[in-house]
Amino acid sequence: MTKRLVVRKNRYFDSVFLMRIARQIADLPGIRDASSLMATEANRRLLADLGYGIGGLEQELASAGPNDLVIAIEGEEAVVEAVAADLDKWLYREAAPGMAADIMPRSLDEALALRPDATVAVISVPGEYAAREARVALSRGLNVFLFSSNVSVDDELELKTRAREKGLIVMGPDCGTAYLCGAGLGFANAVRRGSIGIVGSSGTGMQEFVSLVHQAGCGISHGIGTGSRDLLDVIGGLSTLTAIEALEADPATKVIALLSKPPGPATMAKVMQRLSACRKPVGMCLLGVGAEDMQVKPGSQARFAPTIDAAVGLAIGAAGEKLPARLRVDLASLEALAAEEVARMKPAQKWIRGIFAGGSFCYQSQAIIREAGIEVHSNAPVPGAPALNDPRMSFEHSLVDMGAEIFVEGRPHPMIDARLRRERVIREGGDPGIALLLLDFILGAVSSKDPVGDLLPAIETAQAMVHEQGGYLCVAASVCGTDQDIQGLEEQAGKLRKAGVLVFPSNAQAALFSQRLTLLLWSGKKGR
Amino acid sequence: MMEKSLVEMLAGEPVFINIGVRELADSLREAGFQVVHVDWSPPASGDLELAALLDLLL
Repeated sequence: MTKRLVVRKNRYFDSVFLMRIARQIADLPGIRDASSLMATEANRRLLADLGYGIGGLEQELASAGPNDLVIAIEGEEAVVEAVAADLDKWLYREAAPGMAADIMPRSLDEALALRPDATVAVISVPGEYAAREARVALSRGLNVFLFSSNVSVDDELELKTRAREKGLIVMGPDCGTAYLCGAGLGFANAVRRGSIGIVGSSGTGMQEFVSLVHQAGCGISHGIGTGSRDLLDVIGGLSTLTAIEALEADPATKVIALLSKPPGPATMAKVMQRLSACRKPVGMCLLGVGAEDMQVKPGSQARFAPTIDAAVGLAIGAAGEKLPARLRVDLASLEALAAEEVARMKPAQKWIRGIFAGGSFCYQSQAIIREAGIEVHSNAPVPGAPALNDPRMSFEHSLVDMGAEIFVEGRPHPMIDARLRRERVIREGGDPGIALLLLDFILGAVSSKDPVGDLLPAIETAQAMVHEQGGYLCVAASVCGTDQDIQGLEEQAGKLRKAGVLVFPSNAQAALFSQRLTLLLWSGKKGR
Repeated sequence: MMEKSLVEMLAGEPVFINIGVRELADSLREAGFQVVHVDWSPPASGDLELAALLDLLL
């Protein structure tokens, strides 16, 4: 095995493009690993940690700056050298199809000269530059969708304060998705337009909400992302409040949903007060927060929803429609199915393992499973849940957010690249105590073109490993998306079913099934 | 340049400027929306202090 660094001076490529190149190189026979990064200080540190800072490579690494592209390859020497010698083929073959012959301005101001009527800046530059670009966009009167992460809290507060003063909004930072007038931004699903508006600080949670609304035959007026920190007291819900006010004023929006993780106490009070006064019906789903903590004024139109599904039910009801039967929980059927599954297991099989691409799914699953008094460990624990000592190692019942910082540093998000999730699923299959594997699959324009196909070989390996030990691995999953997404909801779900995976209509139902199965596992009713 | 508040923007047809990941512009364009993609590179050769200084001067 050998390691090789190639530096290209003054060549900037965006991170998604570079991730795709790295993945393609890493998939070559004879290649063990590959990274393709702009040589920022953080990325140079990352490469040094991966062993590229020693053995004669340190000078080359140190010579690269943030404007330079660096490609790091590890594998069999002949293959590594062949790839290094022919890098242009990778960089420019891939670049060509996307390089449309349209006019390419080099700055926001040049773009504004072309389209002075622009209203939204979509910003996804590296975090250290993102606040600067957002500041310029706000000063030019643009609303901002800030996909970039690694923006400081201070910058976020300054940007959002400035935006609110001007009647503009900053969606983000780290804003996974938004829907503005039918345009899906970021990791958006293809959904029809309608009368339901949503404000959300959780990207995959919003994807689930809009997908279920679409599946129920209704549609979305607008979906406004706020960034995961917006409801912390340090930010004070600045974007959430702007978004609620805008949806309240918007004639196309008949009902509003609010979806987030638990807010800070001061912000919670502020948001509840605002929602109490809202002139439109509101469904509030603050994952991990009970109804008793959401105090709205008597007579208000705001209602509590414990899950994303319940928020969908409230929104659809307020819009005058009925929830389809498949989206309603049938607890008796879930319990009967859980009993059938448990009957196939060995007594030693005790633990559930959730390996998630979506942070909101990891979060919601914990909240639902814990409701039955089951202790679940996580690297992104809900309030009161124990944290995993090491996110890379499951312990007893564990639900893991594979989109957490530790797993995505220098790598694509698991919604784009399933590599780490594949490895983790196989590792879980090797644990003699595993009983249930809980998974999510997320469709959409920017996601992997085949999320199920990416993970299926690992699922089958894990199933076979447990089978070889005389056990049976139950695999439960939900697919977030619609029939209009490029991956196709039914095609993806069908592949899972064919592999013996139990596919539920939503993450909440998959989590509730997991809860019932766990209760059975621990009630001594298993074994053949 | 025309400043449009969030409320006004939602009432009309949004026009986007995309700075960063090109795929985000491509998916908007494919869905039929107006978008201008900026061929972005780090300001002042990636020197953030110099970039901040230039921002003050310009």
